[in-house]
Amino acid sequence: MALFYHTGRYVLFLKRVFAKPEKHRIFIQQYFKEAEKLGIHSIGIVLIISFFMGAVITLQTAYNLEMAFIPKYTIGLAARESVLLEFSSTIVGLILAGKVGSNIASEIGSMRVTEQIDAIEIMGINSSSFLVQPKILALVTMMPLLTVISMAIGISGGWLAGVVSGELTSVDYILGIRYSFKPFYIVYSIIKSAVFGFLISSISSYQGYYVEGGSLEVGIASTKAVVVSSIQILLFNLLLTQLLLA
Amino acid sequence: MIEIKNVNKSFNGKQILFDVSAKFEAGQTNLIIGQSGHGKTVLLKSLVGLHAIDSGQIIYGDQVFSDMSFLSQKQIRQEIGMLFQGSALFDSLTVEENVRFPLDMFSTKSAEEKLDRVNFCLKRVDLNNVNHLYPSEISGGMQKRVAIARAIALNPKYLFCDEPNSGLDPKTSIVIDNLIYEITKEYGITTIINTHDMNSVMGIGEKIIYIHSGRKLWEGNKEDILTAKEEQLNDFVFASELFKRIKERV
Repeated sequence: MALFYHTGRYVLFLKRVFAKPEKHRIFIQQYFKEAEKLGIHSIGIVLIISFFMGAVITLQTAYNLEMAFIPKYTIGLAARESVLLEFSSTIVGLILAGKVGSNIASEIGSMRVTEQIDAIEIMGINSSSFLVQPKILALVTMMPLLTVISMAIGISGGWLAGVVSGELTSVDYILGIRYSFKPFYIVYSIIKSAVFGFLISSISSYQGYYVEGGSLEVGIASTKAVVVSSIQILLFNLLLTQLLLA
Repeated sequence: MIEIKNVNKSFNGKQILFDVSAKFEAGQTNLIIGQSGHGKTVLLKSLVGLHAIDSGQIIYGDQVFSDMSFLSQKQIRQEIGMLFQGSALFDSLTVEENVRFPLDMFSTKSAEEKLDRVNFCLKRVDLNNVNHLYPSEISGGMQKRVAIARAIALNPKYLFCDEPNSGLDPKTSIVIDNLIYEITKEYGITTIINTHDMNSVMGIGEKIIYIHSGRKLWEGNKEDILTAKEEQLNDFVFASELFKRIKERV
């Protein structure tokens, strides 16, 4: 029953969120603020994770493909496919569900328990639209950008690790990452990341918006936001893969 | 003027307010008093539309506020200022941005005019040189004053205060009470204050309604309250030693 209750309330919440903004100028200001806070401030962690992810994928592939009849460029090819298809969108999505999701839920939850949301409502402003819509749009637009950055850094990390460790030459790696390249894989990854951005921001906002109680409940909402967002990311990853690649 | 008629409110089957009726006149400080947990805040939040009532009517002027949708209530809501128990200032905004917030949302004034209005409101609540500080950088009393400045930024017709003195020392409480009283008189606002502070009651209680277990048990003013015959009210008013001594003298 709880699942139906929350699904229904989440849908009604989204209906309120996507109401026409009160003032467009303020909405645009809010959007850029959120894009900076949720997107630009996440670049650091995305760079670090992507670099090591690419490096480890390359080395693990290299250690598992030590057979003479398998060409070395296969290592680059495998690293590219892993980074483009899965790691840059899904793993970065899961990492951001932790970083950004908990941030959104605790920010909105704190506003709820300290009556800041009530103060907005009393003025006649649709608080869910005012607070949540810029966050959703910011993350939906910033996640694809972070994913593209992650792809570039992941592949570069793989190249550096492969070449420095002596597992393959730079030429082999570059041949591998160019071999049988399908540009649609990038589009696929970008679509996934935009959907994940929507899931993280909307679910976390929902968890924060309906907090009742005090700081303890804000903490619980923050944890729930991360857990539910992560599960939804994994579920939608499966659905989108079936829809877009099958 | 605000009038409430037979207001009932329940949460999850538990009734909190029972047939509460009252009239709150403009230009006077109307106090809702009672013990904690007896429905004062629910009544105040119902009055401003944060809780939908189960039955009855809430009337602002000649408009039945409780029958309107959120969108239709918008005009009235812009005429409401509210001072929350914990101030409810926006943490991420400076004092100046907090006071400017309603102006940014609803006024067509230029940036300069808005700044003038912000400075006027801050000066009115005796705050200087705090424009660029964040709420966390000022004291609780100053936060309350910023919240009052924000509440009056749009020249409201109605001012609601939920426990304006909570967490404040007696001297600062009197400053806040006097400020609310002066603003009410100055602008002819209909002010409704939730409180259980007897100092406030005796200081600014021009009209008082006493709520007990969700029911209005008594109505009067600060002159009548010490001689009222209502037993529950007497238990509330004369709970402290100070008021017991006053009663003996009365």
